[in-house]
Amino acid sequence: MGFLEIRNVTKAYGNVEVLHHVDITVEESEFLVLVGPSGCGKSTLLNMIAGLESITGGEIAIKGRVVNKVHSSKRNIAMVFQSYALYPNMTVGQNMTFGLEMHGVPKPERDRALADVAKLLQIDHLVDRKPGQLSGGQRQRVAMGRALVRNPDVFLFDEPLSNLDAKLRVDMRTEIKKLHQKLRTTIVYVTHDQIEAMTLSTRIAVMNKGYVQQLGTPKEIYDTPANIFVATFMGSPAMNILPARVAMADGRPQARITDAEGTERLLPFSQSNLAEWEGREILLGIRPEAITDPEGADRKSTNIVALANEVGVTEPAGSDTYVTMTLSGKDVIARMRADASVAPGEVFNFAVNMEKAVAFDPKTEERIKP
Amino acid sequence: MSAASQDTAVSTGRVTRTFLYLVLILFALFYLLPLYVMGVNSVKPLSEITGGNMMALPQIWTLAPWRSAWSTAQIGVEPTGLKPYFLNSILMVVPAVAISTVVGALNGYILTKWRFRGDTWVFGLMLFSCFIPFQIVLIPMAVVLGKLGLAGTVSGLILVHVVYGIGFTTLYFRNYYAAFPTELIRAAQIDGAGFFRIFWRILLPVSGPIAVVSVIWQFTNIWNDFLFGVSFGGTSQPMTVALNNLVQSSTGVKEYNVHFAGAILAALPTLFVYIVAGRYFVRGLMAGSVKG
Repeated sequence: MGFLEIRNVTKAYGNVEVLHHVDITVEESEFLVLVGPSGCGKSTLLNMIAGLESITGGEIAIKGRVVNKVHSSKRNIAMVFQSYALYPNMTVGQNMTFGLEMHGVPKPERDRALADVAKLLQIDHLVDRKPGQLSGGQRQRVAMGRALVRNPDVFLFDEPLSNLDAKLRVDMRTEIKKLHQKLRTTIVYVTHDQIEAMTLSTRIAVMNKGYVQQLGTPKEIYDTPANIFVATFMGSPAMNILPARVAMADGRPQARITDAEGTERLLPFSQSNLAEWEGREILLGIRPEAITDPEGADRKSTNIVALANEVGVTEPAGSDTYVTMTLSGKDVIARMRADASVAPGEVFNFAVNMEKAVAFDPKTEERIKP
Repeated sequence: MSAASQDTAVSTGRVTRTFLYLVLILFALFYLLPLYVMGVNSVKPLSEITGGNMMALPQIWTLAPWRSAWSTAQIGVEPTGLKPYFLNSILMVVPAVAISTVVGALNGYILTKWRFRGDTWVFGLMLFSCFIPFQIVLIPMAVVLGKLGLAGTVSGLILVHVVYGIGFTTLYFRNYYAAFPTELIRAAQIDGAGFFRIFWRILLPVSGPIAVVSVIWQFTNIWNDFLFGVSFGGTSQPMTVALNNLVQSSTGVKEYNVHFAGAILAALPTLFVYIVAGRYFVRGLMAGSVKG
């Protein structure tokens, strides 16, 4: 029995179904991130948990109580909105305690709750100001404070960082994570930013076109994506996907690909059941960081393969150098150490970590599971 | 922006400027002329007006025409002056403006934040009511007022003006609230505030500018209305009708000085509202049109 259960939930507007049979169970003090491109249904799902959108089919239960017909204010949830949604006519303090006031909490108690949370978020010097006098980061804190004051069962975050500039966003991300570690609250967090999803969550639900594509820990999502959508959506730069044919050599399945000059090359798989695919086309997925210069290769990997290939473009990014090359007719990005000496046009000896390689069925785009 | 306008200011020569001001002053004088004529002639004895020069300053200053217009002039058959009618107008205008503004605000709130199937149609029909000429509704309105037992009463006039004004006030408030972020309403819902609490605590406090627009618009229209007043006023006719009766009386001497004083009295309240709230009016009309 989970803390927050989403059971077979669907949402339809008229005849158009926008969410299809979503099943997610969230345990207490878990940090679940719903991530996906815009229009994937993640915000709709969050609003359904919040009670701002009706539930067409299925059930949502919080702490074992089905809340389908329960009003937002009675679900004991709190929400942080993308625009912060601070009441412009009230001071920070009034904003934060408005919910308590509406729930009939007496003034002394409200003041105590406000003082505690304001101190926790280091906004105690701002409580008498109006939202219009605050910076973006401060408003963000107040919005979180308003949620925290209520001490709800579930926190809902709707893209809370997307209105902040890049640097502040990284800072606030860390703040949210710290806060979660300290308070051990249950959080459902919506974002389209896959880095936010990876860094914050204890579990991620990757969504697309109204379906949950994969639900798992960040590591599971990253290392063993369920399908090509998840593989390419999570990670930056995106996972390289290239067509390959499975061939058997040295008693193990190998991916037959062509290099920049059109010469055939074999890359041995670590995954033995791919032998069943002998002679058939697959899509090979390799993350950029699994193709490196030999010095930068993962020393713990048991399957590093040398691959000489012509270097296309180099992009020094400071911390790393990205190299674009051609494999099987596709542009493939490799991630090298910053100091790796590669020059465009030369043939470089890359190290490919085939232990991290994944294979997809080209028809269904699903990963071929070991 | 400001730099550009400074450029223009510098390049405009002194001569051009003087010329511009002259033209502007001339126009201002031209527009102020009627007010001057009214003012000057309302403080003269009648003999000075009939004696010839309307433009001259009074030789004998007197407030008698004002006193007469206010309390003793012959209105229709009664020598009551405009005072009771002024009161009628106030009794009609204040509730009518208040009710139509509040209803407009509620309508705007519902049409933007509590949307329902067919709400755009409802709004469209309400907008349509802005374009209905007064004359068309006279007879049906008379029937309705008669059935309600409100014919010839101040309450009847209030009802007529509220019904007629709701189209406009709804338009104002709907467009104003359309720009108000819906997330705030949702946040308040989660916080546990209900329909009226959200309206009262979240929306109304930021509705100042548009409320001023609505009040000025409604006040001016209702105060200045003649047709509804004369048709449905009965024994409680508003100021405009009384002024007409005062000025248009076909018997006796035409007391132009009293007429002028009466006309100014009739215009004073709207003038007052404009002077007090005028700057908010412009601000309200422009609200949301530009960022910041």
